Amino acid sequence: MDFIANFPLFTIIFSLFSGVLCFLLKGKAAKRYTFVYEILLICMVAAVLCYTLQNGGEFTYSMGEFSAPWGNEIRAGVLEGVIALLFMVVMFCSISAGHRFIDTDIDESKINLYYAELNLMTAALMSLVWTNDIFSGYVFVEILTLTSCGILIVRELGRTTLAAVRYMILNLLGSGLFLLGVVLLYTMTGHLLMVPMQETIAELVKDPGVYPTMTMAVGILTIGLSIKSGLFPFHYWMPDTYGWATPASASILSSLVSKAYIFLLFKIYYRAIGISVFEQMPIRNILLVLGICGIIAGSVSAIRANNINRMVAFSSAAQIGYIYMGIGLGGVVGYSAAMFHIIVHAITKSQLFLTTPCLAEVSGDSLLFRELQGSGRRNRDAGVFFTISALSMIGIPVFAGFSSKLQFGLAALGQGDIKLILVMLALAVSSMLNAVYFIRTVIRIYTEDPRKSERTRHRPDYIIPMLVLTACNLFLGLFSWVTVDLIRTGLSMFG
Amino acid sequence: MLEHLLINNEEAVAIILFGIGFTMLLFQQNLIKKLIGMNIMDSGIFLFLASMGYIEGRKAPIIADSVQDTAAYINPVPAGLVLTGIVVSVSVTAVMLSLSIRLYKRYHTLDLDEIYQLSRHQMEDR
Repeated sequence: MDFIANFPLFTIIFSLFSGVLCFLLKGKAAKRYTFVYEILLICMVAAVLCYTLQNGGEFTYSMGEFSAPWGNEIRAGVLEGVIALLFMVVMFCSISAGHRFIDTDIDESKINLYYAELNLMTAALMSLVWTNDIFSGYVFVEILTLTSCGILIVRELGRTTLAAVRYMILNLLGSGLFLLGVVLLYTMTGHLLMVPMQETIAELVKDPGVYPTMTMAVGILTIGLSIKSGLFPFHYWMPDTYGWATPASASILSSLVSKAYIFLLFKIYYRAIGISVFEQMPIRNILLVLGICGIIAGSVSAIRANNINRMVAFSSAAQIGYIYMGIGLGGVVGYSAAMFHIIVHAITKSQLFLTTPCLAEVSGDSLLFRELQGSGRRNRDAGVFFTISALSMIGIPVFAGFSSKLQFGLAALGQGDIKLILVMLALAVSSMLNAVYFIRTVIRIYTEDPRKSERTRHRPDYIIPMLVLTACNLFLGLFSWVTVDLIRTGLSMFG
Repeated sequence: MLEHLLINNEEAVAIILFGIGFTMLLFQQNLIKKLIGMNIMDSGIFLFLASMGYIEGRKAPIIADSVQDTAAYINPVPAGLVLTGIVVSVSVTAVMLSLSIRLYKRYHTLDLDEIYQLSRHQMEDR
């Protein structure tokens, strides 16, 4: 076995050790170390992606050389590689662009703890992407929950603590249900590894009487992970959680953490249950309907918000709805649209969350719309980056948001009449609603304002990650077929 | 129907416990009661796993008297899962308790509704 085959495991193990190391280092040293380490991780994940593309598209890594059905496994394929690369790039950009705010928002003695949490979170994110064992999935889901709570409460305000408690309570409900689902599947199949579990389920479903029980187990597991990722009607924790966290945390929580849960859920559907068995269950239609409800409810709440961060957070709820809508539509086109939207949303939303604090900074540290008037003129860079991602969110051609809406439209065309009409209506209405609140904000930040202040200049550690995110955004918008083809290649070997 | 419940009485009790814990975690307003609910919920799952893993008449999975036949022993995996689950549940409880202490120091109450009302009056942050 080639040395590169060890890299997925390394991304997990090294991150765990880095967490401990950052705990021991001083704040500044921990920050520098995390910077360098994130770049190393990006290289490692990119190497894994290239390796899988060259060597047949996938490989399985058995830990401790215990082969299936025993032991624990890591599976790296094209789809996992793409998602892991996305996670690492966005993570790096969030830390690089947000570290200035981390220094001001967090007590100096606790900065190293923040980076320790980030490294532990990286380990959890990586293992949720790579794992081939649903119980390891559960353990790292819990680690992800704890670390995301950690990066939320480091900013010691009353509201962040309250938001963290509410976030944790919902997450605990989700974890409990997810664990019950995992246990039910285990007692039915006797396996925890995804591949043997899928084989056993394929045997079991030959008796149609097993479907109700199976649907119940998968349903419980789905409810658990959809609570954690914020699917309608469980999205109301989002504005408080994202609105008061430090910008880097808000960016990571909204663009990576909720996506990792969705990716795990998708992986379980595809690899542990078997996609043909899953498509026989009514769960898919429920996800479609809840996704559409989420799109509308999130957008309407975003219009009513009076604070820019709350607006962006509610728009996250709508975007999560899109992803579930893609899974609900089904078929290769639907699933690849959902995966593509995970990428698009992670890139766009992290950029939005990293620009709003800069706009607020030149507006008397206020996130309220009326104070933000003219902030795009006072801080031009942030204004431009905000506008680009806002246009992408609406779905203007050239930008990434357009490509993903196009993919959803294509996925709907292959469906029956009712689904086609529902999805097309949802896409039309939500694009209109998105335009209402994003265009309104863009106009507001460029409206002339009597307040004059010196033009803010950003350091390269802010500009470069922002340019990277913008470049990714344009690449996904102009050359969407490259990524979509990669995702489809990954999906074809996923089952 | 009732017969099934009687035969699988442990599993039935486990699911009832899960339900009690889940509703407590969802509907109780007191933070400590919510946490107790979470622990009851997790205990329910652990009981379910443990009872599913045990087979009447078989022995603990330790090879003794050189009996190699797997039919003589129970499956050790569920016990391992329960242990892992307990560790996770303990650490989550610890984090939640520390959060509760922080909230109590700030708002002098553990009732979430009251805390929410109080936080709305405080426009400390922006």
